[in-house]
Amino acid sequence: MAVLIDDRTRILVQGITGREAATFTKDMMDYGSKVVAGVTPGKQGQTVHGIPVFDTVKEAVEKQKANAAVVSVPPAFAKDAVMEAADCGLSPIACLTERIPKRDVIEMVAYADLKGVKIIGPNSPGVISPAKRSKLGFLGGNNPERAFRPGHIGVISRSGGMCTEVANLVSNAGMGISTAIGMGGDSVVGSTYLDLFPLFEQDPETHAMVLFCEPGGTKEDVLAEWIPGHFTKPVVAFFGGKFVDNMPGMRFGHASVIVRPGSGATRDKTRLFQQAGVKVVEVYSDIPKALKELLREKEKAAGRKIAVPRKKAAPAKRAVKKIGKNRKSKKGGKKQ
Amino acid sequence: MRLYEYEGKILAQKVGIPIPAGKMVDSPEAAREVARDLKGEVVIKAQILLGGRGKAGGVKFARDPEEAERLTREMLAGKIRDRKVEKVLVEKKLEIIEEMYLGITIDEIKKRMILLAGRTGGVEVEAIAQKPGAGFARFHVDPFIGVPGFRAKELAKHLGAADKGLGALSNIVSRLYGLTQKFDASVAEINPLVKTKNGSYLAADCRVEIDDDALFRQKELESFGIFPREERGREPTELERKGAEIDRVDHRGVAGRVVEFEGDTGLIIGGGGASLTVFDAILKYGGKPANYCEIGGNPTVKKVQLLTELILSKPGVKRLAVITNVLSNTRVDLVARGVIKGMLNRGIDPKKFPVVFRVPGAWEDEGFKILNKYGIKYFERAHTMDEAAKYVVEMGKS
Amino acid sequence: MGLFVTVKLNPERCQDGCQACLDVCPVNIFKLEGGKVKVVAENEDECTFCELCLERCKNKSVEIIKNY
Repeated sequence: MAVLIDDRTRILVQGITGREAATFTKDMMDYGSKVVAGVTPGKQGQTVHGIPVFDTVKEAVEKQKANAAVVSVPPAFAKDAVMEAADCGLSPIACLTERIPKRDVIEMVAYADLKGVKIIGPNSPGVISPAKRSKLGFLGGNNPERAFRPGHIGVISRSGGMCTEVANLVSNAGMGISTAIGMGGDSVVGSTYLDLFPLFEQDPETHAMVLFCEPGGTKEDVLAEWIPGHFTKPVVAFFGGKFVDNMPGMRFGHASVIVRPGSGATRDKTRLFQQAGVKVVEVYSDIPKALKELLREKEKAAGRKIAVPRKKAAPAKRAVKKIGKNRKSKKGGKKQ
Repeated sequence: MRLYEYEGKILAQKVGIPIPAGKMVDSPEAAREVARDLKGEVVIKAQILLGGRGKAGGVKFARDPEEAERLTREMLAGKIRDRKVEKVLVEKKLEIIEEMYLGITIDEIKKRMILLAGRTGGVEVEAIAQKPGAGFARFHVDPFIGVPGFRAKELAKHLGAADKGLGALSNIVSRLYGLTQKFDASVAEINPLVKTKNGSYLAADCRVEIDDDALFRQKELESFGIFPREERGREPTELERKGAEIDRVDHRGVAGRVVEFEGDTGLIIGGGGASLTVFDAILKYGGKPANYCEIGGNPTVKKVQLLTELILSKPGVKRLAVITNVLSNTRVDLVARGVIKGMLNRGIDPKKFPVVFRVPGAWEDEGFKILNKYGIKYFERAHTMDEAAKYVVEMGKS
Repeated sequence: MGLFVTVKLNPERCQDGCQACLDVCPVNIFKLEGGKVKVVAENEDECTFCELCLERCKNKSVEIIKNY
């Protein structure tokens, strides 16, 4: 079990012939994920890394039985691509495209709701379930096993880069990841914490959650309101960008990081989280320690063991394939 | 992109929302002429991108064209809320009998646009709206249906419209939503929406934010004199301007988005959540960031080099932190090349200057080889960004 | 010569000026000058070791040297 994706996930890549997609498609395949089809209008009959390309999602689903999608197309075409995947019932649809107009995002999300499918993103790095070697998108790059060891910690991150970073930290501490989700850094995303938390609550493989949060917006606020009475597992959260609290109106990396006076500040969100029983750590390196503490407390209360690592595990095995390593040596005429 | 009031009113007028008679001007003489044409009392409104200008002296009434000229001169010479005023809006003074609120924005939880209609408008509207029983109606818009006529009518009714006013106000409700759709506005607010003595409804103020990500398809705005612009809480500094130039050197990858601070620690960081985290960590361990910046998307060596030179050119920078999250596609070796070239070009010896790398990711083994050769301390992915931040801050102290 | 990477064109081997390297190089390390292909010194450090020039040069006249 995992959340959203597992070894039954058959992946369709929309925009598969693009530069980015060509790379992450290969990475997904090398990892062991089942990429079964690609879609780029006008390019039916081609193949990318041996994966057949179709003009329409409909054909790709009929022929290749895809059941989930990764969307990596230019912003102006993203809404239609996501709606096309939703229309065919693919779920989840991980939308990696950045800078999609909000009006389009609102429409595609409404359409997905209508069709009963889930969108992750936009502006998401994807989703990964390490135990099943299933990933949508580019989380972890070409060696996801280094940062994402299989385990029992669920991760949701508003930042793409920090999703891998946090997982890496958890993995280094001898724990592992059940499913990690890059929620997307935009103000409007298909799935917010509220849409994803119930899945993790249901998932027996997930024993605790880690959140990487940022200032701005109200997504954390409503989660804090929801957790008591609905979510029974330990939650550790970290806020990046506490300094933004002191500079209203400044805009940083993600569009949603704008502090408007009286709302969105991390100190307010931290207080709300604490009231809801979420452990908020001051520095992100403390995440593993906090996780272990909470899991032990829970174990004690339950009077049984819930797989808490006591010792630091051996470092993750290096991936066999290593781009850039000694590539030069096979060619003549070069010094190392 | 937040629009000035006069720009918002241009859009309001385009969709058929009534606005007061008036004109934007940028000189006292022009203000006098507009006041003369408008006849009678006028209001002079400073055009700044901040709220609360009324209390700060940014809205003044003039009885005649001469007074309009004098007040405009004063406003253009001074600052309102620490912003230089470059334009004012001269409008006919309205005879207001009611002030209401009408706004549309995005509800990020419901993932829809939300229409807000309040019986009380004005500067304190945020506080008022929070109170139960404050007479605020909320309506989430289904994007495929829009705002049906009957819903607009209900909201107009809620705002107290009756008789001929009902149709007029319903239209304003529908058209404000239309404005958001036509111009990709993520916020459109009429505050106050006023009813005048003669029973007509007007947008006395208008605040619009255009979705930056939709500007590519909003070329029409340029024909109204509304051009894409960068927004900050203040004017960009010299360093920030140069940072933007560096990012434009090449379209490959990002190396720029510099924000300058008073500090001693130069940062070359990866953008997004990781940058926020590094920034916090430098502060926590006693360093003062001299800048914020973003690198990502595998920038060219040249861009990283120029960015490094720029950051090191800032007086008072006594250490350099090159810290990112675990990267997927940005190449560590290319970043290392750029940073080292930048340092050498500034005549800085990487072996002596306090500099730390924590850039794990693609081609990191090559990157580490380069860093080793130049005697630069680096952390591998097993060490956190916090550790690297702490290390570099302490390095610069000794 | 770049600080990190040096790209050399063997003038004896590169005779026909086929420009294959110039066509494929994503970071513009090669340029045409007086009908001959030359290395753009200021771009050498942009080399990503993609090796497309090595693959395409039928005369094996391109040499890439790492300086670290």
